[in-house]
Amino acid sequence: MRPSGALVGVAPFFVYTTVFLLIPTIVVVVGAFADGSGRPTLDNVAALGGANSSFLPALQHSVVLSLVTALAGAVIGAVLAYAVSTARPDGLLKRFITSLCGVLAQFGGVALAFAFMATFSIQGFLTVWLNSLGLDTGSSIWLYQWDKGLMLVYLYFQIPLMLIVFLPAVEGIKPQWREATETLGGTTWTYWTKVAGPILLPSFIGATLLLFTNAFSAYATAAALISQASPIVPLQIAGTFTSEVILGQENVGKAMALAMVVVVALVMWVYAALDKRASRWLVR
Amino acid sequence: MTATPSPAASRGTEVRLTDLTRVYAGNVRALDGFTLHIAPGEFVALLGPSGCGKTTALRLLAGLEDADGGTIEVGGRDVTNVPTSKRDMGMVFQAYSLFPHMTARQNVEFGLQLRKQDKATRHGRAADMLDLVGLSKQADRYAHQMSGGQQQRVALARALAIEPQVLLLDEPLSALDAKVRSQLRDEIRRIQLEVGTTTLFVTHDQEEALAVADRVGVMNAGRLEQLASPAQLYKNPATPFVADFVGLTNRLHCRVAGGVAQVLGGAVPLLAGSAGDGLAIVLVRPEGVTIAPVGSGGSGGAGGAAATVVSASFLGASGKIVARLESSEGVGDLVSVQVDNTDVTAYAPGQRVLLAPRGDAALAVSAT
Repeated sequence: MRPSGALVGVAPFFVYTTVFLLIPTIVVVVGAFADGSGRPTLDNVAALGGANSSFLPALQHSVVLSLVTALAGAVIGAVLAYAVSTARPDGLLKRFITSLCGVLAQFGGVALAFAFMATFSIQGFLTVWLNSLGLDTGSSIWLYQWDKGLMLVYLYFQIPLMLIVFLPAVEGIKPQWREATETLGGTTWTYWTKVAGPILLPSFIGATLLLFTNAFSAYATAAALISQASPIVPLQIAGTFTSEVILGQENVGKAMALAMVVVVALVMWVYAALDKRASRWLVR
Repeated sequence: MTATPSPAASRGTEVRLTDLTRVYAGNVRALDGFTLHIAPGEFVALLGPSGCGKTTALRLLAGLEDADGGTIEVGGRDVTNVPTSKRDMGMVFQAYSLFPHMTARQNVEFGLQLRKQDKATRHGRAADMLDLVGLSKQADRYAHQMSGGQQQRVALARALAIEPQVLLLDEPLSALDAKVRSQLRDEIRRIQLEVGTTTLFVTHDQEEALAVADRVGVMNAGRLEQLASPAQLYKNPATPFVADFVGLTNRLHCRVAGGVAQVLGGAVPLLAGSAGDGLAIVLVRPEGVTIAPVGSGGSGGAGGAAATVVSASFLGASGKIVARLESSEGVGDLVSVQVDNTDVTAYAPGQRVLLAPRGDAALAVSAT
């Protein structure tokens, strides 16, 4: 028997994951297969795929939105992380950028949505200023569309997030690896494709996955920006709980949440398969 | 200085570094007119304190840094402006240079792969190289599954696999613990003699340099102070800096007249290039001093200099007595004396002793 004291230390962790992860998951899974009075049913799940259901388009939007902002954010963020890693280690610029990104990565939500409206909307200062210069910026409707404005707004926190999660991996690259490559006859191209690239790839994929789930589950930013329709799944779920037009939709919402869990599980599965190769040489 | 041809001379490449200068930001002259000729197949060690420019010299030869002046010739070809990847140098770094996502074998094969050699040739060559460094059984291990010493062996195998013109060793042993260090040191020498590759080895450890190299170059402030065989360097240091840096040395106050230093009650001839007559500080090696208890009549020459023992330490293979001078010019100077390990117990702190220079072995170089 292990001494009981050893478990005391991890107890808060288990309590936390039980309350905020395990119980909600059970509620979602059970609720997705139950009707209003608690009897088992497949109606909720079936309703998702119904002919008039707006869920499937929303799921598609969510996946595309998350994928695009994750990939774009990952590529841009990785390049920025590399640039930052070449700055002096204790220099002001580097500390400033990492602190700034730490803030910006968490800057989603209503404040961010408002900042974009105040800048780009029909009455936004940029629009007004450009108009005063005689430049017609057209309508600002694009800002409220999921595949335009929302993508841009999401990138605003995705890129800084990538920078802070990917920077440690970039900084783990040893200068000797490049020098060894060069002395062995390799070029810069060889170094990136055969040495640095493969070494960074597992961290890059892991970070991209984090960005995907970050965008997939984001709610407040979209909710503040988009008030007509519900083009993405988190807004649809909220709708089932708050709609005053159709009542008793809570469990359909839970079925939608379950669908999100399945998507994330699929992504995790793909990641685990890719990661298996790297785990032979990675020291964690 | 004439080069000592190594047995493997016919296989190696000649290296000529001429008047190299390298200036870092803030006008720091890391190299300041550095000249070094390495004979084909020769093993030269560059020795010096940190910041003396030895690593810069090696990196310039590798092409990892550009010279601000001077020329680099390898095998008669001017490579001063040739990029690293075209210089054909095998380099072993201080530590952590193995590619972590490749096994030992893949690391060794990497350079051959870049040279577009076919798979069978690569495999054969990698197997030979791993065998040479004694790691055949670890061929499929990743860096993190090997000890520091094993990683350095793989790095050596990787550097040699491409049959480089010159092997560059940048303090390859400094991150290892003492026992592994001396083992690997001897092994590097064995392998170098076997393959006959011209080798430049950079270290701050004088024992390491003296143990492996055909010739040792002592560097100071971006210049070569002396380049000589280990024995010559030790017995006949050209400058006080060399004498001081190579071997532990006593610094004693004394009077110099006519090229002879009156030190420890004896007369020791100064090496060439030392200061003129008058008061001076001379360097005398611990093994160049004899010690005897007062009254035993054991110290030779003119009776020796009286001193009091400060400490007596047993060092395993030898012993060390430290005594404080009481008479002659150097009153108060501390003198280290190397003794046989069996003699250490004959001395105790506070005991009065007589010190004298050991006729032939005493070395005096004026430090002022």
